[in-house]
Amino acid sequence: MVDRLELSIPAGELFALLGVNGAGKSTTIKMLSCLTIPTEGDAELMGHSVRTQSHRAKEILAVSPQETAIAPGLTVAENLELMAGIYGRPKKRVGEVIDQLGLNQWAKAWAKTLSGGWQRRLSIAMALVSQPEVLFLDEPTLGLDVLARRELWGVIRGLKGHTAIILTTHYLEEAESLADRIGVMTSGRLRAVGTAAELKDLAGRDNFEDAFVVLAGEEAAS
Amino acid sequence: MRVRAFAKRNIKELFRDPLTLFFGLGFPLVMLVLMNVIQRNVPVHIYELEILAPGIALFGLTFLALFSGLLLARDRTSAFLARLAASPMTASDFLLGYLLPLLPMAVGQSVICLAAAVALGLPVSWNLLAVVASLVPSALLFIALGLLFGALFNDKQVGGMCGAILTNVTAWLAGIWFDLSLVGGTFQKIAYALPFVHGADGAKAALAGDWAALPEHLLWVTAWAAVTFTAAALLFRKKLVER
Repeated sequence: MVDRLELSIPAGELFALLGVNGAGKSTTIKMLSCLTIPTEGDAELMGHSVRTQSHRAKEILAVSPQETAIAPGLTVAENLELMAGIYGRPKKRVGEVIDQLGLNQWAKAWAKTLSGGWQRRLSIAMALVSQPEVLFLDEPTLGLDVLARRELWGVIRGLKGHTAIILTTHYLEEAESLADRIGVMTSGRLRAVGTAAELKDLAGRDNFEDAFVVLAGEEAAS
Repeated sequence: MRVRAFAKRNIKELFRDPLTLFFGLGFPLVMLVLMNVIQRNVPVHIYELEILAPGIALFGLTFLALFSGLLLARDRTSAFLARLAASPMTASDFLLGYLLPLLPMAVGQSVICLAAAVALGLPVSWNLLAVVASLVPSALLFIALGLLFGALFNDKQVGGMCGAILTNVTAWLAGIWFDLSLVGGTFQKIAYALPFVHGADGAKAALAGDWAALPEHLLWVTAWAAVTFTAAALLFRKKLVER
């Protein structure tokens, strides 16, 4: 359940949603990406309501879901061509994204043969083909080893500044390292919003993990 | 554009799966040859090529349910569908994208099955084209059944339902392997209330040039296909956007 979430994210910002299991992060992403209709209230993506203008909103958003959502029987290039076709983008866009995400060596490989890290990279590439104005990355590094995660951080950093990115993650260091601002969710509510430094000040702690425990714990206890 | 891109993907996924080629084309051909050999050694009216070939052609189409069901169920359970559901694709785009690649495949299956029957001794006639056309409503029915199961169940369950149960139910109730009148009674009444035997009888009527009998069978199958497809579409639309 997500309750009374009020938030504004400007274009070009990378906003991280942090929270423990069941905090409402994925539900928030589903509502904002028009996969779930809110029972009450509304949200606008670049002025398009997710309730009444979902078709317009879907033209400018893209999602990289929590599970790796790729077509396993297609090659990397074919997966990207599929997304380009769905969004009506020219085929040359596929080559651009392959270059952008360093997928050249795997372009003709079956998606199902890629390692977990490369599949995640492809999943993000598929979201980028349409040149979205709003990009949702739902737990993009979940289950990856440290090296693969750090590599993917580099990719995500490279996207900053062009698109509004909403990232959900369990990894505190990921949010601290990548996000311009961070929102802490517990029990479906947004407990605190700010930069990592602001959240540490708010919680009166020197390190971010302690600050998160204080902010998330207060709400859980109340 | 969206339908084309999605249909193209589905064609690739289908034809790159060796199980599709085996069950879609190989298995019905094996059955056709086997039954024909039995017929040559122990003549049985129902295994004569004029009766057997249209029935086997229909039986081959049951695997379309397996293909469409598995495709949808795998997409649904792997989050791939969630990605596409957040794109501008509509429910109609999805359903057409699943349906369109399978229709030419159905026609191809029927043509290959009948060509094999001709090679085994079935006389060549223009009626063979009518058989292929008469099987299109049955193809739509099986694709719709697959989409219905694929919208409801996971890929393992779809494999069991479409790959085992539906193929057997069709084989028993379509009068392909035995004459339904030999069983008679409630069994025969149930069989004639369902669409499968009408699909087989329609194809047999087309091959025999019995044009008077054809419309009733086609209408029966078409009605079942329309109802099943509508149910699949409504269910799919509901699943696409959770409330």
